Amino acid sequence: MDDKQERNGIVLTEAQKKSRRQRSIAIALALGVLVVLFFAVTMVKGPAVLVRPI
Amino acid sequence: MSIVEHHIDLTAPRISEADVADFIALLKPRVMSLVVFTALVGLVIAPVHVHPVLAFTSLLCIAVGAGAAGALNMALEGDIDALMSRTASRPIPRGRITPPEAMAFGLTLAFFSVMTLGILVNWIAGSLLAFTIFFYVVIYTMALKRWTAQNIVIGGAAGALPPVVAWAAAAGSLSVEPLLLFLIIFFWTPPHFWALALFRTDDYARAGVPMLPVVAGPDATRLQILLYTIVLVAVAVAPWPLGYFDWVYGVTSLALGGGMLAFAIDVYRRREGRKALRATRRLFAFSILYLFALFATLLVEVVARAVAPSIW
Repeated sequence: MDDKQERNGIVLTEAQKKSRRQRSIAIALALGVLVVLFFAVTMVKGPAVLVRPI
Repeated sequence: MSIVEHHIDLTAPRISEADVADFIALLKPRVMSLVVFTALVGLVIAPVHVHPVLAFTSLLCIAVGAGAAGALNMALEGDIDALMSRTASRPIPRGRITPPEAMAFGLTLAFFSVMTLGILVNWIAGSLLAFTIFFYVVIYTMALKRWTAQNIVIGGAAGALPPVVAWAAAAGSLSVEPLLLFLIIFFWTPPHFWALALFRTDDYARAGVPMLPVVAGPDATRLQILLYTIVLVAVAVAPWPLGYFDWVYGVTSLALGGGMLAFAIDVYRRREGRKALRATRRLFAFSILYLFALFATLLVEVVARAVAPSIW
């Protein structure tokens, strides 16, 4: 490992950067879906959202 | 010897190049589609009106839970997947994803699917989904699969539970009807997977998986396929005379059951050469159509009754 690479830490290749960006977008979308889902169910159930049969 | 010559050094620093498609492959999308379909039927036949948002939430959670179970299964079976031609192209044997990455992915999805179903729908459904994932991963994958030829018989319970989870999501309780659906899938699993195992025996033998054709031989497997098919057809028709599902389902079930039985008899009779191989492939293909058509009939019945109750 040369000095320059050691100073910069691990340098990602283009393929690694691209796949990491894809994964990040997918995680963001999944979290967005989760937020929308919780919001929609809260709207549908209204106050009954707190009443959950066990 | 492994079919794929790929090795990942788990001790070295590693930056993943896995893309979204690799992670989607971990979810076993084809299995997931059958799970979603059977769950949809469980949801629709429940005698309770379910708000579409809650229905969508339930199906999404069941789908993600099934995907999580698939990812955890692949995380634990990377070694045998690499030895089988059917599974060698999965992300772990190909070196795209490491087992710990798949494990973390599967556990995260399992946690979120169970908690979301429990919090947003009800905890009976949430608990059943958690049990389904536990059964598939711990009982089937970790305990049974490498130990006994009855692996897919007992493990089949995990694949049979989604309509029960869906019914519980809709009704908030359990009843006889979802248990009938459970029994149909439960008894459908052995003939389906043993037909596959008959034309993939070499694969399973190479991987050391004690599937019935590997352990007991093809002839014993053919007999077991026939016996389980007879039970399956009886179990699938029974809800009609018992009064749970009506005559359209009954007649369809009889016709499809006749087909399933004919293919199983064909597999039992043809034991050598290309014709025997073709018979097992046909049974495998027809078994998928059988389950799909049986459940589709229930779905059509419910929709038809809702759209035109007077005609029905």
